[in-house]
Amino acid sequence: MKNAKRLLALAAAGLMAVGMLAGCGGSSSSGASAEGASSDELVWVIGCSGPLTGDAAAYGNDVVHGAELAAKEINEAGGINGYQIKYIYGDDEHDTEKAINAYNTMKDDGMQIFLGCTTTAPTVAVAAETLNDNMFQLTPSGSALDCIANDNCFAVCFNDPQQGAKSAEYISTHFPDAVIATIYDSSTAYSAGIEATFEAEAANLGLKVVSTEAFTGDTKTDLSAQIQKAKDAGADLVFLPIYYDTAATILTQANNMGYAPAFFGCDGMDGILGVENFDTSLAEGLMLLTPFAADATDDLTVNFVKNFQEAYGKIPNQFGADAYDGMYAIKAALEDAKITPEASVSDICEALKTSMFNITIEGLTGTVTWKADAENLGEPDKTPKAVRIENGAYVSIED
Amino acid sequence: MGRIKTYFSTMDRTSRDDFITYGGLLVVFIVMQGLLSAGMLSNQMRGLLVPLCVYAIMAIALNLVVGTLGELSIGHAGFMCVGAFSSAFFSKINPDMPDLPRFIIAIIIGGVVAGIFGFLIGIPVLRLNGDYLAIVTLAFGEIIKNIINALYVGVDEKGYHFSLSSVNDMGMDPLNGNIIINGPQGVTGTPRSATFAISMVVLFISLIVILNLTHSRDGRAIMAVRDNYIAAESVGINITRYKLTAFTISAVISGFAGALYAHNLATLVATPARFGYNMSIMFLVFVVLGGIGSTRGAIVASVVLTLIPELLRPIQSYRMLIYAIVLIVIMLVNWSPKSRAFMETHSLKRFLFKKGGKEDK
Repeated sequence: MKNAKRLLALAAAGLMAVGMLAGCGGSSSSGASAEGASSDELVWVIGCSGPLTGDAAAYGNDVVHGAELAAKEINEAGGINGYQIKYIYGDDEHDTEKAINAYNTMKDDGMQIFLGCTTTAPTVAVAAETLNDNMFQLTPSGSALDCIANDNCFAVCFNDPQQGAKSAEYISTHFPDAVIATIYDSSTAYSAGIEATFEAEAANLGLKVVSTEAFTGDTKTDLSAQIQKAKDAGADLVFLPIYYDTAATILTQANNMGYAPAFFGCDGMDGILGVENFDTSLAEGLMLLTPFAADATDDLTVNFVKNFQEAYGKIPNQFGADAYDGMYAIKAALEDAKITPEASVSDICEALKTSMFNITIEGLTGTVTWKADAENLGEPDKTPKAVRIENGAYVSIED
Repeated sequence: MGRIKTYFSTMDRTSRDDFITYGGLLVVFIVMQGLLSAGMLSNQMRGLLVPLCVYAIMAIALNLVVGTLGELSIGHAGFMCVGAFSSAFFSKINPDMPDLPRFIIAIIIGGVVAGIFGFLIGIPVLRLNGDYLAIVTLAFGEIIKNIINALYVGVDEKGYHFSLSSVNDMGMDPLNGNIIINGPQGVTGTPRSATFAISMVVLFISLIVILNLTHSRDGRAIMAVRDNYIAAESVGINITRYKLTAFTISAVISGFAGALYAHNLATLVATPARFGYNMSIMFLVFVVLGGIGSTRGAIVASVVLTLIPELLRPIQSYRMLIYAIVLIVIMLVNWSPKSRAFMETHSLKRFLFKKGGKEDK
């Protein structure tokens, strides 16, 4: 027993020594560097992070890959201000503590600009660090208001209150007489955030909400009780401010119960047509607000989806699109600021903080500018597209 | 005479053992603090120092229950969660206090609240044994996490508002109100007061409490309960009392760890991975790999197992695979009879001191 402990202690000492050495050298590389960037050349080091393992891995992988694709394209086209991008990424496991670890590791690798995180809570945690370091942060998909509370933080995606309010508005103009039930995930900030504003806005607009049922991450495999309550309350429109995987469960279970109301979702619903073993015919008529539709026919989207599929073997969802746009936004802002990678992290941040308001991105998620007023500082200004699923494809519903 | 000699030699051994633990920790502290002040640590290591202390504290707290008391608890993340949220709550409602005193009070509050929960939960739970106790502690841990996920607390000039359903239900002034605990979004904007030095001090205090308890009369009673509770009861040991003592002290120390954790991050959320049973089981893994009952082992195991996935970051997604393999290998090397026999015959100690390898129990 003693010896075993001794061995362990030795192993620990060894590991710590290795850790310190790695730290002192500052040479541990955290991610795949994009082609054409060698270590002695001056490059832009842009870091990205998201959950690459665990429950939320689908989102993190799309973000990391979307940004990587954009970085590759930019490098092939000559880089930013003549300098190549060295793209690095880290795994935050959808956890605040790990997100900070990933961020610190990337800082050791010389990160100058941070394009992350993917999910909300880690983004808020890292935002405190970027504020300390005065590093520019652009989150592709962290959607709570707290994510961009600091003036060095910007977002590519809509925030949760915006989505809740937009959904309520949309429903009240198009379905003023609907009897509405809401089913949401109280254990995610995303879903709870949308639900809270939706409820408030629905009350303002005089919508008839008859039932609001919550589930949590632990209970998301069986939602028949919540669906039954919506059915019993006589709802003919069910609002689902949740992610697509659980929405697929709800649609399947509602169908089994012979309940066929109209379903309405937000941007997290995007991706539902790609769920394995899901009968996509059940999604017919489903409406959602989304900034990105993978089967849109504009050149940009078609190319992005094609390249993404070639490189990573899957159809990207809006997370990948947000990250892709985010990388191009950084490019545009750096070009606007006319700076080079020689500048310090803090100088780059200060330059980008003003340049972000000068740029307009024609991206996958629409035409995006950033709001400069104090109330919405760092918010993207873009219009969500309302789409309906018809014959297994998105069809936009115009007002 | 012989008996007295044996007595002293065992006494010596315990003191010597404790000396190694305290001394080793002190050396690590001085070295790391030195490197930290000299700015020679990487950002990654600097960020890991406080979490490492937090996990070491959790490991020794759980070791008290699992190793010394001999009861399996897989709900300790729940106590840590209570400590974290109560201390973060305190710090949030006292933004104007000076940093250090507020943090010290927050740590104490975290410990006390977690201790109260540990005591209350311990009263019914500790009537159970073994697997049943494990299942019930698991359930309590999950209940705590779920309640915190449903809890909304805000404050405005009219006072405090509580709700278990949503922000809107609190009926708070939307303009001047300040949301403190925001359901699943947790607590945001906790002052980041936790430093390596304070965390180390808390680790030392916890260690002193636990080691002294283990060597005291109460500690021997607790171990008697572990070894044979019928025999312990027959000699007049109040089983419930000692079980509760150990369990509550363990909960208090978990609360300290939670307070440190909460003040190390700007946002505190109770997700299934964080403060759920996954985390409780991770603590249990620290204790088991460190050698159940060995306080020093628990600290070492917690440090090693926290560092491995972080140091393996360069190999990206394979690191989780390696982590799992390392767990299995350590387990086999530590506990398989063949490797034990090999280690006994090839002991470093035996080589150094020319003693029999079998001096351990």
